[in-house]
Amino acid sequence: MSKKVHVQTNINGEAVDFLCEPRNSLLEVLRDELDLTGAKEGCNNGNCGACNVVMDGRLVNSCCVLGVEADGCEITTIEGIGAAANLHPLQQKFLEHAALQCGICTPGFIVSAKALLDSNPNPSEDEVRYWLAGNLCRCTGYDKIVRAVLDARNGA
Amino acid sequence: MHAFDYATPESVADAVVMLSDPGKNACVLAGGTDLIVQLRENRRRTDLVVDVKKIAELNALSCDAATGLTIGAAVPCYRIYGDGQIAAAYPGLMDAARLVGGTGIQGRASLGGNLCNASPAGDTIPPMIVLGGEAEIAGPDGTRKVAVEDFCTAPGRTVLADGEFLVSLHFPAPAPNSGAYYRRFIPRNEMDIAVVGVGASVVLSGDKSSFVSARIAVGAVAPTPLFVSAAGEALAGEPVSDETIQRAADIARDAARPISDMRGTAEYRKHLTSVLTRRVVQGAVQRAKE
Repeated sequence: MSKKVHVQTNINGEAVDFLCEPRNSLLEVLRDELDLTGAKEGCNNGNCGACNVVMDGRLVNSCCVLGVEADGCEITTIEGIGAAANLHPLQQKFLEHAALQCGICTPGFIVSAKALLDSNPNPSEDEVRYWLAGNLCRCTGYDKIVRAVLDARNGA
Repeated sequence: MHAFDYATPESVADAVVMLSDPGKNACVLAGGTDLIVQLRENRRRTDLVVDVKKIAELNALSCDAATGLTIGAAVPCYRIYGDGQIAAAYPGLMDAARLVGGTGIQGRASLGGNLCNASPAGDTIPPMIVLGGEAEIAGPDGTRKVAVEDFCTAPGRTVLADGEFLVSLHFPAPAPNSGAYYRRFIPRNEMDIAVVGVGASVVLSGDKSSFVSARIAVGAVAPTPLFVSAAGEALAGEPVSDETIQRAADIARDAARPISDMRGTAEYRKHLTSVLTRRVVQGAVQRAKE
């Protein structure tokens, strides 16, 4: 076991310090140390997007980031988007369009789609599909997800 | 994942010292999208991960009409295609930078990492070759430069010696009447590994009727991305026509030495190499005319 490292971050607007080993991924830290279990472990190799978070303004696969790399970074996870009593427009549109079934991929899709709308408020369907190409859903066939994101364009 | 130490040198010299330590099996971390997965899957082992992203030269990104384009080895794809001037001047490079993985991968993955990972199917390598890319390497004996086409030596292996690492990539300014293009064939719409990938750059005559010069490189059809100099040379001085382009495509096909695997048979890849080379040269010609 390697010595634990002290890491200082800002997660969802709050200063958060944690200790982790260099080998711990950011995803492991979020889930196992900080109890932020919204980001999911799907493939654990950067293919599925279920663990996506925003790090210093950029969408990343948190399974392909070391926790120690997050030192000094601002991170947004699904827990920082909307609330049960006050859903983010994307979350509301995912419900209205039934854009989820089992739900495992949904946090990653919401985080990714929000990153898209934050950088491009009015994307075309092609732009939505390419942006979300790194998010895999094995239930919906994607059409409902794409429609939900397109419908959230002006409300987001 | 097995345990390792982590360091963040802030200078090239400090990184070289860490990577040269004979007591450590150190490795370089940039975007991590290959390395972290390989460590997790025990395909690589290390005592020390040297994160080079705090070194200024590794994050440099500059484009100048006279001196060309310099990309620090750790600059992620999104910064490259997100720069309007670079995207306009090097569309052949953008073709590849935009299709490496999904958006989350492009937020971290770098061209330098794609080159050092040395996959035969690395999408950014053929366009870097045809654009005349040069890799700047730092090591215990100072710095040296290696052409991108000479960088990969076998699957997962490069010219980097112990203690050496890639600092930056440099590309000359595009010549007048030039164009470059990269395409790959995959059975999905996106997010897949190339069955075959082809990059081409061409320089046309002033009236755009003939080739002054051309460079063609193919991916996923040999142990390394392959620079097929004879294919480009066959176009030099020739008219822009279906016949001359087909001749170059045939040379590229004959140079390909593919294997059969789950993505396609060797015979299929040979055929694809010809088809893609023809289309990619046509695409490069089109861009040179615009």
